[in-house]
Amino acid sequence: MTIRERPSPEREVDLAAVPSRVTFYAVVAASMYLLFAGHNRPGGGFVGALVAGGAIAVRYIAGGIEDVRHVTRVRPWTALGLGLAIATTAAIIPLLSGDALLNAAKWQLDLPVFGTVGVSSVLLFDIGVYLVVVGLVLMVFEAFGDDTSDPELTAAASPRPTEDGRS
Amino acid sequence: MLVALLALHGAIGVGIFGGGRRLGRRALLVGLIVPLLTLTYLVAVFARVTDGRIVTQTIRWVPALGVEGALRVDGFSLVMALAVAAIGAAVLFYSWFYFDAADDSLARFAGLAVLFAGAMLGVVLADDLITLFAAWELTSITSYLLIGNRYREVQARAAALHALLVTSMGGLVMLAGMVLIGQAAGTYRLSRILADPPSGTTVTAGLVCICIGAFTKSAQYPFHSWLPGAMAAPTPVSAFLHSATMVKAGVYLIGRFAPAFATVTPWRPLVISVGVVTMVAGALRAMRQYDLKLLLAHGTVSQLGFLVVLFGIGTPAASQSGVVMLIAHVLFKAALFMVVGVIDHHTGTRDIRALPVMSGPRWLAVKVVAVLSAASMAGVPLLAGFIGKEAALDALVHGRFDANAIVVGVVVVSSALTFAYSARLLWGAFRLPERLRKGVESVVVPLDAAHPDDALPPTTGLLAPAAILTAVTVAVGVAPALLNRLVGAASRSLDPRTLRAGSFGFADDPADLAIFHGFTTAFWLSVVVIAGGLAIFALRAPVARLLRHGTVIPPGTEIYLRLLSGLNTLSRQVTGVVQNGSLPIYLGVIVVTATAAPAIFFLFHFDWPDWPPLTTSGAQYPISALILGAAFAAALTRRRFVAALFLSAVGYGMAAFFVVRGAPDLALTQAAVETVSTVLFVLVLRRLPNRFERRSTPITRGMRIAAAAVVGVAVFIFAIVAGAWRTAAPVSTQMIERSLPDGHGRNVVNVILVDFRGLDTLGEISVLTAAAIGTVAIARSGRRRYGGRIKTDATASSTAATSDRTAG
Repeated sequence: MTIRERPSPEREVDLAAVPSRVTFYAVVAASMYLLFAGHNRPGGGFVGALVAGGAIAVRYIAGGIEDVRHVTRVRPWTALGLGLAIATTAAIIPLLSGDALLNAAKWQLDLPVFGTVGVSSVLLFDIGVYLVVVGLVLMVFEAFGDDTSDPELTAAASPRPTEDGRS
Repeated sequence: MLVALLALHGAIGVGIFGGGRRLGRRALLVGLIVPLLTLTYLVAVFARVTDGRIVTQTIRWVPALGVEGALRVDGFSLVMALAVAAIGAAVLFYSWFYFDAADDSLARFAGLAVLFAGAMLGVVLADDLITLFAAWELTSITSYLLIGNRYREVQARAAALHALLVTSMGGLVMLAGMVLIGQAAGTYRLSRILADPPSGTTVTAGLVCICIGAFTKSAQYPFHSWLPGAMAAPTPVSAFLHSATMVKAGVYLIGRFAPAFATVTPWRPLVISVGVVTMVAGALRAMRQYDLKLLLAHGTVSQLGFLVVLFGIGTPAASQSGVVMLIAHVLFKAALFMVVGVIDHHTGTRDIRALPVMSGPRWLAVKVVAVLSAASMAGVPLLAGFIGKEAALDALVHGRFDANAIVVGVVVVSSALTFAYSARLLWGAFRLPERLRKGVESVVVPLDAAHPDDALPPTTGLLAPAAILTAVTVAVGVAPALLNRLVGAASRSLDPRTLRAGSFGFADDPADLAIFHGFTTAFWLSVVVIAGGLAIFALRAPVARLLRHGTVIPPGTEIYLRLLSGLNTLSRQVTGVVQNGSLPIYLGVIVVTATAAPAIFFLFHFDWPDWPPLTTSGAQYPISALILGAAFAAALTRRRFVAALFLSAVGYGMAAFFVVRGAPDLALTQAAVETVSTVLFVLVLRRLPNRFERRSTPITRGMRIAAAAVVGVAVFIFAIVAGAWRTAAPVSTQMIERSLPDGHGRNVVNVILVDFRGLDTLGEISVLTAAAIGTVAIARSGRRRYGGRIKTDATASSTAATSDRTAG
């Protein structure tokens, strides 16, 4: 196994860009479904975010970290911070009405297209979890992914001695 | 109303602190509103409280622990709260003129001062020990931030940290004491504990702990050294926190507890001896100072010792004199700090050897204020300090407690020293510069500070607050009856008999305050104090030579620094042993401990259960084979990448197990986790060598195999045994039942994550966030950052061309 030669940006666009984009949006749509349906059917914020992480991985393989940055737009730490803030807010809100932390409430909504939908207050919490996990995946790509604009990283990616022999 | 008042402090304080930069200097005016409102409120309840009616308000806080947000205004609280509000207002007004209008730390200062005032009010109004502790710690934190207000100066930061470490250490000890006493009394309500004091060894230990907390806060020996260090703060901060209010918190607490607990064995010997030592040592150190502010700081330490003695005795008369002395001290010490601030502000120095001559009508006004306030500190008649000191001497002379003769003697000596350092303050600030200029006197000036010829006259606004405080000092000194109502209410509110009876009014109230009580012992002692003080000041040259021998005792700061560096060395050594940096050792210790330690249990109670059914369907055989094969392959391969893939195969095999057992949620989650983690694994593995290194010796390999075997066998046994030994109904059944009615969801796994165990999830995503930030920090350390402006030196030139690139 050798270190993979990174293809030049031109070749990436030709071969992988279009299918990867189609796949990306389809998988992101699936992850959204998992997020919103998760309270009653298999799914949830955590799983949904991991599926979205898979979609991000597809984009990374096709276009490198630049493509991931381009498609996600938000910076990883923004997603992390926003997610944590949303989850914390959702957890605290019930306290204001004198209920216990994270107490769930449910409302029935009549929406034009979807008909009557039950919305639980914990959906907000789940969205927070979703954002944190997506942010985590983005952060790892940011940390260990190749940065095509940065010549330093190519050097950093070369083999280094490890601590493996110590025990 | 009380809660609203404290909330107002919090809201306005945080508002100015956070967003006040736009307000600039006006932040001080916004902040000034708060103490003025407090003052208005206190004046409004003044008549009610001094009549003996008590204002209380209680809010729910932690009902499960019996902790309430209980606030209470009685006479003693009223005295303290008035001091906080009045000095707070005076200091904010003073700051308007003291600080440079363009100073960008003004808003920060104003916000913190308001927050501190709120915290300090919390301390003196709290009727619940835990509420008191919380407010107490808030004063420590705001004090820390205020001492470090000029946070670019390393000295200010070090002094701030010193104060924080000492006072918060004391605060923690105090918390332990409060819990001990609260548990013994069965209530955390201060008024109930004092009205019906508990007793026993626990209570004694708790009292000692509370005393330690009070000593650190009120800068008593041996914890005093943070207070002179805190003079690194701007002078308004010193005037507000470190002379008038915060350092009185410890005195306040001792004053509260003493009437109920003074007769418990270690109380009086402990409190009085600490106070006496502090009194004398602080006064001696003050005599040695050349910096006017440090002189005042050591003088404050000494005076705090005096207050600790007076309040620590716990008799009504002593407490009453303590209250008078406390009021007098607030008045003269805040005024003197402000005067020193005026001098510092206009001459640029506080060193008496480098001060210029200050002449002119406005400086004359400064001198009048300084002389009157310093004379009050010295205990000169017709000023507030004299009233307090004579009441104190009278209380001590007639006090019926052991060794009161010794205490009287020490108080007389240290009062004479106080007179002498007060004279030194005035002489150094106003007389010495003239004598130096005339050449009558010469000093060795270690600084290369030149004597400016003349100081600019101070503005009226800068002097006004000190002048007003001094006017009150004089008014109280001339007509002490003005204080009778307030002091009477305060000392009665401390009296245990009052606490038990629940109302004021006794035949044997402490005597009213007066200028002249006749030729009593206290009167003659006052004469001795003043004569002694004059003598010490007249003999200042030989006294200074004598005091120079005192430098063999290391200053407290040095001891603190030695302790701190010792602690650092210790923690480095412990860290070096515990955290040796080898991942295999970390991992080995963790997994072997987690599995082998519980396994010890089986050595004593081993009862092999019936063999449970190992498989439930035929599909499990091929999946098991896949998992086992992949696990062995992962252990045997020499390539990292291959090992990672085999581990993923194990994970997918687990997902398949979940599918077979009818748990699609778990299977979905497991598969998604495996997918993402495999991708991320690959990203990291690219940076590592392709193969595992073969440096391991047979011994280490044997140890690894042994560790793996221990973990495998232990987990297997647990799985079998735990399933068979269940006696209680599994919690999962209940969760499944409650999922839809309580959690409003049919997906039990999700309901558990976001509802039943939602708090765990919240904790986990917080950890995830921290881990993500740490990952990026470690991976990118030494390399350029996202969006790229900051570069390390080594990469600066090579990446300069691309530094304009922005993200996304």
